[in-house]
Amino acid sequence: MDTLIDLLPELWTATYETLYIVALTLFFGGLGGLLVGLGLYLTRAGSILENKPLFFVLNLLVNFIRPIPFIIFLAAAQPLARAVTGSGIGNNAIIFTIALAASFAMARIVEQNLLTVTPGVIDAARSVGAGPIRIIFTVLLPEALGPLILGYTFIFVALVDMSAVAGYVGGGGLGNFALQYGYRQFNPIVTWAAVLLIIVLVQFVQFLGNYLARKALRR
Amino acid sequence: MAVVSLRNVGKVYPPTTKDGASVTALDGVSLDVEAGDIYGIIGYSGAGKSTLARLVNALERSSSGEIWVNGQNIAVLRERDLRQVRLGIGMIFQQFNLLGSRTVARNVSYPLEVAGYPKEQRAARVAELLDFVGLADKAGSFPDQLSGGQKQRVGIARALATQPSILLADEATSALDPETTHEVLALLKRVNAKFGVTIIVITHEMDVIQTIATKVAVMDQGRVIERGPVFDVFSNPQAAASARFVSTVVKGVPSPAELAVLRERHGGRIVTLAFRDSAVDQRAVFGELSRAGVAFEVVYGGINEIQGRPFGHLTLALTGADPVIDQVLAHIRTITSVTEVR
Repeated sequence: MDTLIDLLPELWTATYETLYIVALTLFFGGLGGLLVGLGLYLTRAGSILENKPLFFVLNLLVNFIRPIPFIIFLAAAQPLARAVTGSGIGNNAIIFTIALAASFAMARIVEQNLLTVTPGVIDAARSVGAGPIRIIFTVLLPEALGPLILGYTFIFVALVDMSAVAGYVGGGGLGNFALQYGYRQFNPIVTWAAVLLIIVLVQFVQFLGNYLARKALRR
Repeated sequence: MAVVSLRNVGKVYPPTTKDGASVTALDGVSLDVEAGDIYGIIGYSGAGKSTLARLVNALERSSSGEIWVNGQNIAVLRERDLRQVRLGIGMIFQQFNLLGSRTVARNVSYPLEVAGYPKEQRAARVAELLDFVGLADKAGSFPDQLSGGQKQRVGIARALATQPSILLADEATSALDPETTHEVLALLKRVNAKFGVTIIVITHEMDVIQTIATKVAVMDQGRVIERGPVFDVFSNPQAAASARFVSTVVKGVPSPAELAVLRERHGGRIVTLAFRDSAVDQRAVFGELSRAGVAFEVVYGGINEIQGRPFGHLTLALTGADPVIDQVLAHIRTITSVTEVR
C-alpha cells in the first residue's frame, strides 16, 4: 500500500497517458473506421455506389487485418509506424498503430450498423432527388446513429485493451504501469489499482455511450 | 398529352449466381398515362408492376426501351441529371419509408431541403402540407409515434412537398387496414382533384382500382395484358387474369361449381344477363318476362358502380313452358347479351 502511495504521481501520469492514447486513437481510428465502413457499405452489391472491385479490395483488407492479434500487429506494423510518425517506439507510434488496427475493426461495426438502415428510406431519399453525399449525411448516419454510438462505445473498450500493450514499444499508460510497477515487482496491489482505474474508466464511458444512444434512439 | 409514356420497355435482372438464369421483370411494356389520370396498375406479386413504377422515377434503370416523363426520355439520362427529374415526381411506399430520426415536419421538409428552398419558405410549405393531410397537430411527433394511416399521410405530404406533377403510389395501402385504406385513397383522390396531380397507383387489390382509378393496366409476367378505362375492364374483362381480378370485387358470372349448386337448388332454365351502363334498362328486361308470364328468380350476381356508372351480371332461374321462354329470350337478346347456362 505504501508503495502505491509512493507511486501515485506515476499512476496519475499513466492514467493521463491512457486517456491521451485512447482519445487520439478513438478520433483517428473512429474516423478511419467510419470511412472504411462507409466504403464497404456504399460499394457493396445493390448499394448506391456499387463498385465490385473496390468492395472486394476493402473487404479483403478488413478480413486480412482484423484477425491479427494486436501484439503481433504492433510488431508487424512497426516499420509503417516509423515511416509515418518518425519513430517506431513511444506514444505516437502506438497511437498510429492502434488507430490503424481500430479502423479495420470499427469498419465492420460501422458497416453492420449501416446495414440496419432499411433500404426503403434510401429509396425515399433518392426519389426526392438526394445524391449520395446528402444521403450519407442526412439518411444513413442519422438513421444509424444509436447503434453507431454503441459501436463506438464498444470500440472504446477495445482501445483501452489495445493501449495496455503500449509498454512493449516504449509507450506509457495504465497497462504499462500495471506491468512495470505491479507485475514485475510482485506488487498485486499496484496492479489492482491500475485495473480499478481502468474499470472505472470503462464503466463511465459505457454509461455515457448507453445514455447517448438512448437519446439518439429516443427510448 | 401523355405525361408518362413507356415505349417497349424491358427490364432484365442479371443472374444472382454464376449458373443462375437472368430474370425478365418487364417485357416490352408500352403505356401512356395522360395528365390528370389516376392510372392503376394491377398484377399479382412478381408481375413486374413495382419495377415499372421504379423505372418511372429511375430508382431502377431500364434495360431497353424509352421512358418519356414530361417530354423527356429519362432512360438515357445520367444519375446526376435524374435528380432534377425526380423533383417533379413524388413517390409513396408500402412501408412509408419515413426517416425515423426526423420529426414529421422535418420529414415533409426533406425534399424541400434537397431542392434548396430557403428556410422560411420550407416552414410555410410544411405547415400548408400538414394541414392538407390533416396532421397539423403531429408536426413535432416522430414517425414511430404514428399509426400506419398517419404515416402514409406524412408520406403523401412529403411526396407532394415540391409540387410534383406526378405521384407514384407503390402498394401505398397494402400495409393498411380496409378503413384506413379508404381514408388514404380518399386523400389521393383529393390530391388528384385539387392539385391536378397525375397519379400512378401500383396495387394487387382490385378494390383500390375500383375506388380511385380512372384507367387500369393489368400486368402478368412482365407484360401488360389488358388496359383501358376502369369501367370497360371491370364490366367486360378480356384476359383471364383480368377477369380473376374483377371477380375479387364483383360478383359476376357463376363458376361451374357455383352453377352446380344453383342447379340443385332451383328448377327451370338458368340464364345470365349482362347489364352495362344505362344502355340496358332492367325494367324493359323484366317487363318482357312478366308479359310472357315467365316466372323468374334472381339467383346470382349483382349490380356495381364504377365512377358513377352501373354495370353487372344477373343470373336468373326461369320457370315456364320451353317455347314461351325461347320466345321471350329472343326478345331480350335484342336488348342485352344473354348467356344460357346448361
